[in-house]
Amino acid sequence: MNIAAAVNESFANNSNYLIRSAMFVYALAFLAHLAEWVFGGRSKVAVQSAALTAEAQAEQDAAEAARRKAAQQVTVKTAGGSTVTLERPTVVTRASASDRGIEDGPGAAGGSEKGDLYGRIAVSFTVLAWLLHATGVAFRAASVQRAPWGNMYEFSTTFGAVAVGSYLLLLALKKDVRWIGLFLTTSVLLDLGLATSVLYTNSEQLVPALHSYWLWIHVSCAIISGAIFYLAAVGTLLFLFRDHYEVAVTAGRAQDGRWGDIMRRLPSAATLDKFAYRMNALVFPLWTFTIIAGAIWAQAAWGRYWGWDPKETWAFITWVAYACYLHARATAGWKGRKAAYLALIAFACFLFNYYGVNIFVSGKHSYAGV
Amino acid sequence: MSITEKSEREDLGAAGAQLSTAPADTLAETPALGVLGWLRWMWRQLTSMRVALILLFLLSLAAIPGSLVPQHSDQLKVDAFKAKHPTVSPFYEKIGLFHVYSSPWFAAIYILLFISLAGCIVPRTWQFVGQLRSRPPHAPRNLTRLPAYSTWRTDASPEDVTEAARKALRGRRFRTSVTGTSVAGEKGYLREFGNLLFHVSLFGLLIAFALTSLEKAEGGKLVVEGDGFVNNLTQYDDFSGGTLYGADDLQPFGFDLDSFDQKYATSGPEKGTALEFKANIHYYSGTDGKPVKGEISVNHPLSIGGEKVYLISHGYAPVVTVRDAKGNVLKSIVPFLPQDTALTSVGVIKVPDALGKDGKPDQLGFRGIFTPTFALDSVRGPHSSFPTLQYPALVLNAFHGDLGLDSGAQQNVYQLDTAHMKQFTDSKGQLVSKAMKPGDTMTLPNGAGSLTFDGVKTWASFTISHQSGNEAALVSGVGAILGLAGSLFIQRRRIWVRAVRAEDGVTVVEMGGLGRSESARIADEIGDVALQLLPDAPVRPEGEPPAEAGTPADAEATADAETTAVNDDEGARA
Repeated sequence: MNIAAAVNESFANNSNYLIRSAMFVYALAFLAHLAEWVFGGRSKVAVQSAALTAEAQAEQDAAEAARRKAAQQVTVKTAGGSTVTLERPTVVTRASASDRGIEDGPGAAGGSEKGDLYGRIAVSFTVLAWLLHATGVAFRAASVQRAPWGNMYEFSTTFGAVAVGSYLLLLALKKDVRWIGLFLTTSVLLDLGLATSVLYTNSEQLVPALHSYWLWIHVSCAIISGAIFYLAAVGTLLFLFRDHYEVAVTAGRAQDGRWGDIMRRLPSAATLDKFAYRMNALVFPLWTFTIIAGAIWAQAAWGRYWGWDPKETWAFITWVAYACYLHARATAGWKGRKAAYLALIAFACFLFNYYGVNIFVSGKHSYAGV
Repeated sequence: MSITEKSEREDLGAAGAQLSTAPADTLAETPALGVLGWLRWMWRQLTSMRVALILLFLLSLAAIPGSLVPQHSDQLKVDAFKAKHPTVSPFYEKIGLFHVYSSPWFAAIYILLFISLAGCIVPRTWQFVGQLRSRPPHAPRNLTRLPAYSTWRTDASPEDVTEAARKALRGRRFRTSVTGTSVAGEKGYLREFGNLLFHVSLFGLLIAFALTSLEKAEGGKLVVEGDGFVNNLTQYDDFSGGTLYGADDLQPFGFDLDSFDQKYATSGPEKGTALEFKANIHYYSGTDGKPVKGEISVNHPLSIGGEKVYLISHGYAPVVTVRDAKGNVLKSIVPFLPQDTALTSVGVIKVPDALGKDGKPDQLGFRGIFTPTFALDSVRGPHSSFPTLQYPALVLNAFHGDLGLDSGAQQNVYQLDTAHMKQFTDSKGQLVSKAMKPGDTMTLPNGAGSLTFDGVKTWASFTISHQSGNEAALVSGVGAILGLAGSLFIQRRRIWVRAVRAEDGVTVVEMGGLGRSESARIADEIGDVALQLLPDAPVRPEGEPPAEAGTPADAEATADAETTAVNDDEGARA
């Protein structure tokens, strides 16, 4: 392997500037999201005209349904050569039993045009920040000519870039996930703030134990898994709040306060739960692969594939906790809130494996330290 | 929630059954009387999903202490912990906190978990085999009760529609079975297969683990440049064998350490960071095989005759010549142990055969540090500032008296037991201590002798390990991932198409779908199949759009308005 690569300091400095600029733009995105939530809030006037809005909403829904129907027109050529437009048979779906029949909220903007504008601005800022962020990570990689995840600073910055990247990818796939934006920008700011202040390490070459192509495979998988687990955890947390809110609403308790106004705009509990599950289930096999790739590397580097090193142990604990969650979600009596708590515990294990094990526990992964 | 779901499934009868072989949970069941009844009850509890969940949770909980308390695989740390926490240590020892992963309670959890798992997957496997051999279940009487449903009227004959539907479903790789004018199709068996494969792979992993721990043997050896190693028990610094693999099973081979390369960054902000460690060796297999040139580096172990040799660490061994009061000479190469990345090393030199001035035994001992690049500051004292030999120095204190070697107790070669020794003092009563460059000599007071620092050699330490079960573990691991992917990403679903001639002579096509989970994709698939059927069963163009008004399906749908929703956008995109 190419080891003696010198550190290119100007690249490293550029990377630092880029990461700091990204933080600035993320902060702007964060403020824009805040504005989105504020303007989307139900003002006094809005409360009074709530009924009107509901009517307008109903009209809008009808228009939407018509549009959808139009989209389902199918053009079929008949044998005679003339073209007739046949309607594609409508598929009627029955909501599953776990559904309360409560529809998704309108999103942070809450139907307010101004709020929506700020939401769009926030997404644009996020895209710009992410571009700066990703370029910063790339510069860091170029400065050391290796994978940009050799220490906690690099791991944290790359982790943030992957988390935001996944969110933007979901947006690009036209998934309705803008509700996550405020929470994501907040935590990315925290993540980067922690990385640049506490965890910062100069651009450096790695100890020989890390000179292996498994560094690319094992750690990148860990980063991707973590980023998706994180998105799922946000979904799970919001599910718990929204579920609480829905229970109250179904029981007929008024939820007119500020809290209720925020909850009202979130997707329904069923949607949030489904989102969290899909994310977790999507990435669980990858997390399994991360552990196995780590074991293969450990076999080559340390002479055993499993040695109950603290990092390995916590990866295992995280894995079992997520397995618990996936099983719970398929078990009667454990669905919903209980499973959600398990998912949060599992993510807490992941976080501890990252921060806790690196900082408080010494083990064979300690060169990944601060 | 679960009750509603259950009753829903019951509505569908056989059609909804066995879409998965997941066990139905029998929660509130009281045991029947008698020993057999109790046993049966316990077995059912153990194999229930709830208990499996609890066991899984316990397993992750039980693994935690082992990551926080030092484990017996690192005995030095355990000893340090015991010395630091004398009050809790005996208790920790008693409940096995120093060897969590081989403790009975940890074993109890995973053994119970695996029994529970076996009790679950063996019946599931048979059920699955049964499902594979039988045909997809018939269409339920009332297709409108399915999660996704579609209907229209056509002029094509029911038989033609049935045949077209069968072809369409076959084309989509559904398993189909035709009864009269209805077709049942099922797809996604790989989900169940993946699920079973995953769980069986876990057993594979467990067996691989057991094999590995039974047959694993590992030993360590420190070799100084120019020296060699022969694979038999007497040569090891430490050796731990497995139950099935002991000292007698060691393969005959050996190697000589010719030289050790280490490269570090010499400038820039990363100065001192290691770039490369490489042991250049000659190795031979058998007792007198021909030596072959080779090298061992981190991440690149050497395989000889089924054993693997790993490079673990390296350091320096000062070469010293000690003279006692009577002029007896001992030349010795003493490995010092590195303490930091700049290889500040500590070590001791023991001279058990030294004689005092009076000719009686007066053992000598030296303790101190070796620095490859000597530096001195007020905080750290003498230390090394760079890991290569740029300005080597040896700083020693000297002792004489009884080394304590004859007491019979085993002694650490890197530690000096000064209980029965006195430190040399000079004429002014100052403790004797000297920092030496290569070639320097430390003269002991009162003609007690001297020590000359002749030079430095590099050493490397190796782990020689024998393992089995690696391949089994790898295969199981890969199986587990494939199984997981199958069981999480593949949807098992059924689609039924029924064509019946209505009273007015028009054929009514009904189509319903059922998936294992509440995925919106099933509705989408129904739509696609319907679209595919349209050329063979065109919608009757009499201005009577189906599912809009008048059909029984719609009546049902509106009656059930709360739980009915038109297929949403997400489904259309998925």
